[in-house]
Amino acid sequence: MQENQSIAISCRGVQKHFGDRTRVQALRGVDFEARLGELTFIVGPSGCGKTTLLSVITGLLDPSDGEVELFGSSADRLPANQRILFRRENVGFVFQQFNLLPALTAAENAAVPLIAAGMKRTEAVERAKALLDQLGLNGRRDALPATLSGGEQQRVAIARALVHEPRLVVCDEPTAALDHATGEAVMKLVAANAVHPDRAAVVVTHDSRVFHFADIIAHMDDGRIVKTERNSKREIQS
Amino acid sequence: MNFVALRMLTGDRAKYLGLIFAIAFCTFLLENQTSIFASILKRTGSQILDVTDANVWVMDGKTEYFEQTKALKDTDLTRVRGVNGVEWAVKLFKGYPVARTRAGKFASCILLGLDDATLTGAPRKMLLGSWQRLNEPDSIVIDKAGYILLFPGEPLELDRELEMNDHKVKIVGISDASAPFLSNPVIHTRYSEAVNFIGRERTQLSYVLVRPQPGVNAEDVCRRIEAQTGLRARTTDQFRWDCILYYLKNTGIPVNFGITITIALIVGTVVAGQTFYLFTLENLKQFGTLKAIGVTNWRLTGMVLLQAFTVGVMGFGIGTGMAAAFFEMTLQKIATRGIILMWQSVALTGGCILFVVIIASLLSIRRVIVLEAATVFRG
Repeated sequence: MQENQSIAISCRGVQKHFGDRTRVQALRGVDFEARLGELTFIVGPSGCGKTTLLSVITGLLDPSDGEVELFGSSADRLPANQRILFRRENVGFVFQQFNLLPALTAAENAAVPLIAAGMKRTEAVERAKALLDQLGLNGRRDALPATLSGGEQQRVAIARALVHEPRLVVCDEPTAALDHATGEAVMKLVAANAVHPDRAAVVVTHDSRVFHFADIIAHMDDGRIVKTERNSKREIQS
Repeated sequence: MNFVALRMLTGDRAKYLGLIFAIAFCTFLLENQTSIFASILKRTGSQILDVTDANVWVMDGKTEYFEQTKALKDTDLTRVRGVNGVEWAVKLFKGYPVARTRAGKFASCILLGLDDATLTGAPRKMLLGSWQRLNEPDSIVIDKAGYILLFPGEPLELDRELEMNDHKVKIVGISDASAPFLSNPVIHTRYSEAVNFIGRERTQLSYVLVRPQPGVNAEDVCRRIEAQTGLRARTTDQFRWDCILYYLKNTGIPVNFGITITIALIVGTVVAGQTFYLFTLENLKQFGTLKAIGVTNWRLTGMVLLQAFTVGVMGFGIGTGMAAAFFEMTLQKIATRGIILMWQSVALTGGCILFVVIIASLLSIRRVIVLEAATVFRG
């Protein structure tokens, strides 16, 4: 029972194909689990289906076949609008290209999930500022994204992913656009802030230099999870 | 999320200003052309509207517009006076003599001969002199634009002389008559003088001006006059519209203005609409991010509408301001006097801009709604 309660994501035989005539099979029966309190990496070569799996897990794409459960709910069975609300409440995103809104300040960007959920702007921005301070951006809270370095932008993106305290944080290639040192620093922040006993974090990456941050590493190839291993070299940062 | 929408809109200054000025220039062009068009057509009835004492015009049965007159018989005046409901009726003469100054400058004029006893039909506003002096022999009142045309660069001055059909006439007043369709000077004099200036013809009576008895409907009086005399009778408003419709039907004015207005509308729609649509396309990644984060399609639709209506309102406001400034500047010029920014043009243009904004919004909203949130994972 306890075993089941700790499962955040459960995928059973998940398939996803695109197109009708020129059918591309992106996922070929994926079985995958991620648990609360763990940092799970999905790794593999480019084009193996990592990002598609992440999109299906978070409800951004519907699976063509198979079962996906997020915290015990089948997100793909929810009506479209409820699925968006479920995602808003339960998922935080960190994107490869940061995807910050260029016209908003760092604090305002980080506050967007709270504002989208209906919180007053001033209150949301204050909460976002406090989080940015924790992530070491206290001097850059009012800066526009264009004036921030890549590492700073990714830290703002992490703040945006965490500000509404979601139960799942997903990161898509969070270090791909960063140099090694900055990538390392960003992963330390993810490991220290995104992993909680009541929260799961999934990182999709093919950057082997940051694998040591993972608790679990799921290896993907050709649309399947080919191996899942517990990482004995897990580096815990505070 | 409204502040996010507005910040997305204003964040890129160049695009934001481009959008606003595309709509502003479209607004300016539409308001400018439609107002000039309407004002020019309004001029076709200027001399009709200047007559405020009477509100029924009686004319030959075949008359279609003010410039086209066929003389009535003097007995027609008596017949009109005999119609039930007519309080009074007076003569009005209209002719086109050539007026010449001593310096040799000349112009074809609109000469209006007013009833000798009452001077009914004179414009109310005099800039210099008085209507009473028309009782002097060989006296005329000329409009300011006509005076400037005949005496260019000279100050307004009374008692100057003109020669009209071998008659020396004296300017005893300068009026502020409404601008006619063409730039002819508008000259008022007494009926008896006017027929002298033109030269004797067997019949001279151009129009009969009628005032219905109090409480009697002008249109009823028109019907009675037509029934009893066989002449054509129109209220001031009907006659003015007759003139406008005649020019619309028989001149190239509506075609020329119509082409300009259509081009302004098409160019404005395409430029403003396409610019806004491109703006949305360029921001699709941002909309996709918001969608992934959990902003609903309804909220995104509201954001696009807010952006579209913000640029629409601002562009329309600036364009209307530009049009108002333009007409304010040209209002004082002799050639363009009376051409004003009409509220009907503003309302019509507002409707067109609303249409442009709605079309651009719908296209943009469609792109945002069909956008797959998963695209945010693509670099």
